[in-house]
Amino acid sequence: MKTNDVMLQTVTKVVTFIILMFAVHIFFAGHYTPGGGFVGGLLTASAIVLLMLAFGIQTVKKIIPVNYVVMTSVGLLLAIATAAASILFDVPFFTHAYDYFELPLFGKTSLHSAMLFDAGVYLVVVGVTMTIIQTIGEDE
Amino acid sequence: MSLVLLIFLPIIAALFIPLLFKKVGQIHTGWFVLLVPAALFIYYSTLLPSIAEGGNRVSELQWIPSLDIAFIAYIDGLSLLFSLLITGIGALVVLYSIFYLDKYREQLHNFYVYLLMFMTAMLGVVQSDHLISLYLFWELTSISSFLLIGYWYTRDRSRFGALKSMIITVFGGLMMLGGFVLLGIMGNTYSIRGLISQAPELVGHDFFVWALVLILLGAFTKSAQFPFYIWLPDAMEAPTPVSAYLHSATMVKAGLYLVARFTPIFAASGTWVWLVTGIGLFTMLWGSFFALKQKDLKGILAFSTVSQLGLIMSLLGVSAAGFHVENATEIALKYAGFAAIFHLINHAVFKGSLFMIAGIVDHETGTRDIRKLGGLMSLMPISFTVAMIGAFSMAGLPPFGGFLSKEMFLTGMVALTEFDLFSMDVWGILFPVIAWIGSVFTFIYSFYFVFHTFAGKHKPEELPKPAHEAPKGMLISPVFLAILAVVIFFIPNIVGEWLVNPAVAAIQPFMYESPSDVHVHVAAWHGYITPELWMTLGIFAVGGLMFWTLRKWQHQYERFPNTLNSLYDKGMFLSDMGANRFSRLYMTGFIRSYLVYMFSFLVIIVLGTFVLNDAFAIDMNNLAPVGLYEIVIMLALLGSTVTILFSKSRLTAIIALGAVGYSVALFFVIFRAPDLALTQLVIETISVALFLLAFYHLPQISRKEERMRFRFGNAMIALGVGVMMTLIALAAHSGKALPSISEFYKETVYKEAGGGNIVNVILVDYRGFDTLFEIGVLGIAGIGIITLIKLRLTKKEGQHENK
Repeated sequence: MKTNDVMLQTVTKVVTFIILMFAVHIFFAGHYTPGGGFVGGLLTASAIVLLMLAFGIQTVKKIIPVNYVVMTSVGLLLAIATAAASILFDVPFFTHAYDYFELPLFGKTSLHSAMLFDAGVYLVVVGVTMTIIQTIGEDE
Repeated sequence: MSLVLLIFLPIIAALFIPLLFKKVGQIHTGWFVLLVPAALFIYYSTLLPSIAEGGNRVSELQWIPSLDIAFIAYIDGLSLLFSLLITGIGALVVLYSIFYLDKYREQLHNFYVYLLMFMTAMLGVVQSDHLISLYLFWELTSISSFLLIGYWYTRDRSRFGALKSMIITVFGGLMMLGGFVLLGIMGNTYSIRGLISQAPELVGHDFFVWALVLILLGAFTKSAQFPFYIWLPDAMEAPTPVSAYLHSATMVKAGLYLVARFTPIFAASGTWVWLVTGIGLFTMLWGSFFALKQKDLKGILAFSTVSQLGLIMSLLGVSAAGFHVENATEIALKYAGFAAIFHLINHAVFKGSLFMIAGIVDHETGTRDIRKLGGLMSLMPISFTVAMIGAFSMAGLPPFGGFLSKEMFLTGMVALTEFDLFSMDVWGILFPVIAWIGSVFTFIYSFYFVFHTFAGKHKPEELPKPAHEAPKGMLISPVFLAILAVVIFFIPNIVGEWLVNPAVAAIQPFMYESPSDVHVHVAAWHGYITPELWMTLGIFAVGGLMFWTLRKWQHQYERFPNTLNSLYDKGMFLSDMGANRFSRLYMTGFIRSYLVYMFSFLVIIVLGTFVLNDAFAIDMNNLAPVGLYEIVIMLALLGSTVTILFSKSRLTAIIALGAVGYSVALFFVIFRAPDLALTQLVIETISVALFLLAFYHLPQISRKEERMRFRFGNAMIALGVGVMMTLIALAAHSGKALPSISEFYKETVYKEAGGGNIVNVILVDYRGFDTLFEIGVLGIAGIGIITLIKLRLTKKEGQHENK
């Protein structure tokens, strides 16, 4: 059964980017306004799922040749490393550090080690969601 | 600080092994590994002079300060002796393994990582002063032994042997942990030195005998004492370097170490003396008797190890008896402690070389079956010489180290007859008799091992490979050990002064202040014929005669059944079957059954807690007014829920389920929880997509098997869950047992956490541990799904599983 999904595909092409941009925004804004690594990761995954629905899993695999298992492990390592790094500074496990900086273009910016941890969460969420969907979707 | 870090040196080195194996494949990985034990051995040797004078070294590394758990390396004579054995024999075994394991065909990275892991574990066992870290290392030796026995994991026997050793030794380890905890409660400290210093007060405690028995269970399982020895013969499936190292020279001696280490605490108890001496001696007899039944070279050596361990164990028991005698340092009883340690060294030397020879024979002829072997003497002259030296030392012949310690063993056993406590005056005579019989069998199996392999008729047609001498490199280690066996015979008192006395002083602090107080002179010839010498001569005569006629009576062994092993097998089979049956009772394979269990259990627990604590609280104050929006969303929610229940097609159900999720998200929006709303919306979207993707694989909905009773039960559970959730919600709203934490978050979120969005700061900071473990769980779930779906064994692959 071959359906005509030109409309879905055309819309997807535009919407995917909007979702992705929104995901990035929400990930970075998470510490002060609604959002964070978890939602950011889910949104990114949903953008990719949308692509898969519109263009098929194989096509998307070619466009985004990412090994999601590796992505998951990198995320986990990043999260644990951020948490463990505090030991090197002789403070208890999982102590975060932050400060405010004047950066060009961004102005006054807060840089927070929680950000790195959140990035780990983001990677794990995208990695696992996509792993599950890809594995089940590809199964014969 | 540095000493305790040295324990971890091997396991840190292990991190680089896979890399070296993959990147520097042309050089055998063993050469790199060799550096570790060799360097440690040299370092520990430099400690000898100060330790021999009675000094000790302590270094500490905090592990869990809040629970007062630390790694404490405490090195005295006993620990140093074991550390030297571990690193010294370790270096020789690694050198041997370089020639034994082919670098192209074997998975060397696995092998050496396990081996180095074991080295750390073993060093930790013999150096730890803290009972909990001692236990940690103890179990790590069991695990690394499991991995090494199962190194050729495609073989059925390897897996069986690995599991058997693991089950028995870990059982013992857990018992031992119980004993440790009891000791910790009694003495209010986990430090062994601390416990020894208050040993007199511990004796009268209620737990004393319990702790004693539990710790002995640990020691007996590890050191393969009767009736737990059955794992050791099956552990021979490991590569021969492993058998030489773990299962004869080091790991199985951990139990001896434990007994020796705890002698100062438990020596006061008659139970200890009887159990350690009795079980040890009986094991010695049992092992030596059944060694002659074996047809496999390594099987003979395994039973011989069991027997020799029993011998040393019994000597340790006798040395504890010295606690009860006033003038223990002046009578023959004093030889027991010395003999135990001295024989331990001798055993490591000769058994190590014998195992290596067994490996060489296996390697060069392709079989270890002693019935097929014979006449290798002229083909493998060096191996033969080494085997002869090792076996003669084991049999107790001069001029080899074993002769000296064997004679001291008999001295100690004879001395026990003069000991008049714990009804030894009645039963004491049994000890030298059993020891003598055991020694006769030891003599016979030693000769059986050498001469049935190397003498007699050569049978080339039965050998899988034409026999020839081993490469030079493989011979270095056994030849070195054989030379050592001879050297020890000629300089026993130097060995005694440097290695044995410091260890003896650590075992018997109630007799000796410092190693220099140990006045034991070892001599091959005392100037006159002692009772022990008569016994030795008797062993040679009777043993020689029985070996001569061995072929006539050896077949009688077939009459003895393998009771203990079949007991283990039956036990395993029954527990397997029982567990399987029990699981199948409730594991139906239908998710709906599992949901029924879970939900009914949940309802019972929660409602039960409600009733027990009288936690029903319904307070309608402070409720927000219900507006039009809420009513509309609620109706949508109800409508879609009912649709799920009654829809005939799965597609409808999925879409209705999505509608439920979106309605909940709308609630979040109304109640101003943007984070939750956002997450809920995205999750709903993705799970609907996932459902659609997985749609093809799901079976058609069938409702035929649902009878009325089943439906009624489900309705009751559903009702229960509904009531329960409502009650929880009402109670949570009404009764504020604790002040809300939200104020704390509001105050600290900017000042201390440097953030603005409380929800996210909770996720990454306040409760970061939760998130860390949650993403861990997510990762595991992902791997689980891959395993379930991608790694399914097809029928064709399934047939190869056991090859």
